[in-house]
Amino acid sequence: MKAVNIITPSIDGQGLMMGKPGYTNDFSDKNSLIIKVLRSPHPYAKIVSINDSEALKLKGVECILSYKDFDRRPFTRAGQGYPEPSPHDKFVFDEYVRYVGDEVLCVAAIDEVTAEKALALIKVEYQILESVLDFESAMNHQSIIHPEPEIHEMFPIGFEPKKNIAASYQMHIGNVEKSLAQCDVVIKESFYTQAQAHAMMEPHAVNSRFDYQNRLVLYSSTQTPFHVRRIISQALNFPLSRIRVIKPRVGGGFGGKQAIHGEIICSAVTIKTGKPAKLVYTRKEVFESSYSRHPMRIDMTLGADLEGHLKAIDCYVLSDTGAYGEHALTVFMVTGSKVLPLYNKVDSVRFHGHVVYTNHTPAGAFRGYGAIQGNFALESAVDMLCEKLKMSPIAFRQINMIKETETSPIFAIMGEGTEGTAMNMETCKLEFCLNRGLELINWQKTYPRIQIDDHTVRSVGMAIAMQGSGIPYIDMGAATIKLNDDGFYNLLVGATEIGQGSDTILTQIAAEELMTTVDKVIVYSSDTDLTPFDVGAYASSTTFVSGNAVLKAAKTMKSKLVEEAANYFNCDIILVEFNGEVFTQIKTKDSITLKALSNRLYYNHDQKQLMVTESYVGHKSPPPFMAGFAEIDLDTETGEVKVNKYVSVVDCGVTINPKLAKGQVEGAIVQGMGMALYEDVKVSSQGKLISNDFMSYRIPSRNETPELITEFAISHEPSGPFGAKSVGEIGIDTPPAAITNAIFNACGVRIKTLPATPEKILMELRRKNHEN
Amino acid sequence: MLVNLFLNGEAKTLQVEPGDFLLDTLQKNNVVSVRRGCESTSCGVCTVLLEGKPVPSCSLLTVRLEGKSITTVEGIQKEAEKLAHYFGLEGADQCGFCNPSMALTVYAMKKELKDPTIETIKSYLVGNLCRCTGYQAQHIAILHYLEDQS
Ligand code: FES
Ligand code: FES
Repeated sequence: MKAVNIITPSIDGQGLMMGKPGYTNDFSDKNSLIIKVLRSPHPYAKIVSINDSEALKLKGVECILSYKDFDRRPFTRAGQGYPEPSPHDKFVFDEYVRYVGDEVLCVAAIDEVTAEKALALIKVEYQILESVLDFESAMNHQSIIHPEPEIHEMFPIGFEPKKNIAASYQMHIGNVEKSLAQCDVVIKESFYTQAQAHAMMEPHAVNSRFDYQNRLVLYSSTQTPFHVRRIISQALNFPLSRIRVIKPRVGGGFGGKQAIHGEIICSAVTIKTGKPAKLVYTRKEVFESSYSRHPMRIDMTLGADLEGHLKAIDCYVLSDTGAYGEHALTVFMVTGSKVLPLYNKVDSVRFHGHVVYTNHTPAGAFRGYGAIQGNFALESAVDMLCEKLKMSPIAFRQINMIKETETSPIFAIMGEGTEGTAMNMETCKLEFCLNRGLELINWQKTYPRIQIDDHTVRSVGMAIAMQGSGIPYIDMGAATIKLNDDGFYNLLVGATEIGQGSDTILTQIAAEELMTTVDKVIVYSSDTDLTPFDVGAYASSTTFVSGNAVLKAAKTMKSKLVEEAANYFNCDIILVEFNGEVFTQIKTKDSITLKALSNRLYYNHDQKQLMVTESYVGHKSPPPFMAGFAEIDLDTETGEVKVNKYVSVVDCGVTINPKLAKGQVEGAIVQGMGMALYEDVKVSSQGKLISNDFMSYRIPSRNETPELITEFAISHEPSGPFGAKSVGEIGIDTPPAAITNAIFNACGVRIKTLPATPEKILMELRRKNHEN
Repeated sequence: MLVNLFLNGEAKTLQVEPGDFLLDTLQKNNVVSVRRGCESTSCGVCTVLLEGKPVPSCSLLTVRLEGKSITTVEGIQKEAEKLAHYFGLEGADQCGFCNPSMALTVYAMKKELKDPTIETIKSYLVGNLCRCTGYQAQHIAILHYLEDQS
């Protein structure tokens, strides 16, 4: 292969390093009105009155918009395909505010100072309502968070707002109770996972203006430009055909920019005033008023026989979606659908649960999307079961885990909000990943622990994981390839580059199929006026779904080129050979270069523009798999855990760009480590966010990063472009379980509530010593 | 009020308000490569070189910079290009939002420290957060950049 699976620097890294304009805010109009949002100081309240007369008198204040200025049109900001599996429970502004940081109104002014001054002059009177801050008592709480009559689900998702339930679901295969009753060993444990903040470096940003055709043009830091266009149109009742959304370079997303954040407010200001406007979130707003990961309680029951055959899994999930139900159902379902099939030899499985509303900052999509939560519970529980069985956790996994050619009935039953898709694992190199990881971490030598000195213990722990590659029969990606004179191509894709390297790998795929080099394929992505549709960057879909679309388009372009060459040679197409640069008539040995042919098509004979568009919808979602291994040093005096090494052995099919794939895994491992050990969205008892900057919400710094050893299994997925599966999310899933398993192996303390802070470890250690 | 300073070696006279921080001043003067990631001087995305030393521009009052020399990535284009080359080979660049500030800090480190190890690189750059890469690939790329004497 010439362009795929070889080291290829990203096509845009150099320009960005050199400081070239690229991000949303770099493209804002110099005369933009500055928008500031007044946010609720209360977790739950009704707005009684708004007095903005003083603020409106201020010179430079252009407009103030609140719920009074909008029709009541419920929508969801989730940023999913249509109809969404998330309830339509949000208004541009509402009479109710449902969490500290919720939007009350917005001010648009000529500069930031004026906007801030105006905010300070606005008086809002609230009627404070009883807030629901404990998600375990939210269901059927006397205080109803969404009493408004207009809200609705788009299709059945178990939406019962009167009970504070945003979504619910249940499924079973076999009879779990009966299976469990027959098991020799059963464990039943509850696990808690916390809210985690995306903390991408670029805050949410958007700017808007009317162009010279009087169309509304937005630059937005989004993962889903086409969904953004649709949702703005719905929410503001503004014609879809008059909206253009351009996604420039995005400074990190991780799921946090799948949803709509400032886009609707910014559009509304431009529509009301006719003027350009911009809204850039402060870091505090990013923490307080965007999204975080759904916190969950996961009740996991496992049953096995004495030989260590896992027989039954019963999993109940209670998930906290916060004030709005974005991604409520689907994140929760992934907690089952992309976790439980790991152990496919069971007699019975049950998965059920509820997603509840609370007065917390809403939860939404975040890399891992439920799988990281489920993985922590299942892979911790498996080690606990092994402890009870007196069995090696490695041997147990080797017996029970899913293998190549096998399947799980869960795939057919559970999709994302809908039924799933049956599939066999055409590629699953988990066995290799596990065995290779054991070598790389030196498991034999360290397991379960080595005493380093009188207060330091070294240990290892591990977990296996799976994810998906797009949502079959739903996610569509499309690509257009255009031939230029001189024989180079434009590649137009809806796929959304957000830093994960999608522009680069899609270019590589096109170049490979067209037998050319990446510099001959000029990519342009994510502009709703110019590029074909794509659902956007989520659900690990880009490499697999968008990549397949690009491959199809390149194939079609190739056959068009050969047709044109046959025209030129005046022969049948089967007599034409093409090597990426030259067409040869194999009988006569006549030849013409691609350059000459394309110039001919532009200027001389048979003039035409060659341009093809192809779309791809997956008929399956081949899961990437991995085994993750942590080596830690635990200080038994301080409870401090230092991760020395993290080994990842990943099966994501063929890596289109090996270094970028490695970057996806390593970046995700470190985010997962943060979630395992210290990242924690903290809320006060009054519902106010405590962790609202990088001091109070610590993300991993350079000093905490362990040695990362990352390898890829040799694997070729037949349904993927050039054998690839996706790799964007899988890396984040294993650290919580692998690290807490290592903590147990080090000192016998089982952390079931994330993050595994020194305080928790020490407290458990003391309790354990006390009991002995 | 007016402040005279040197921006990338060029003498500039800038119109500023007393409370303006350098980050805002630069953005108002269309230097977009210096970007904001926080309000608490804790992300490093806004780094510039003040008299050759890396500092967060969001914490520098512009009025106090009279006569001082400020370098942004526009002032070290050749070095940034070279560093980008090694980042590219390692796949160490993802969203790139942290990268201009990284280039400036690495450049200052190269001038200041002799043969830094991975550990010294980590502590020198600890103020430059990156949420995408997991850092290791960056460190390998930086070592290769430092080895390149060309
Ligand atoms: S903007 Fe974050 S340190 Fe300056
Ligand atoms: S590459 Fe995205 S923050 Fe560093």
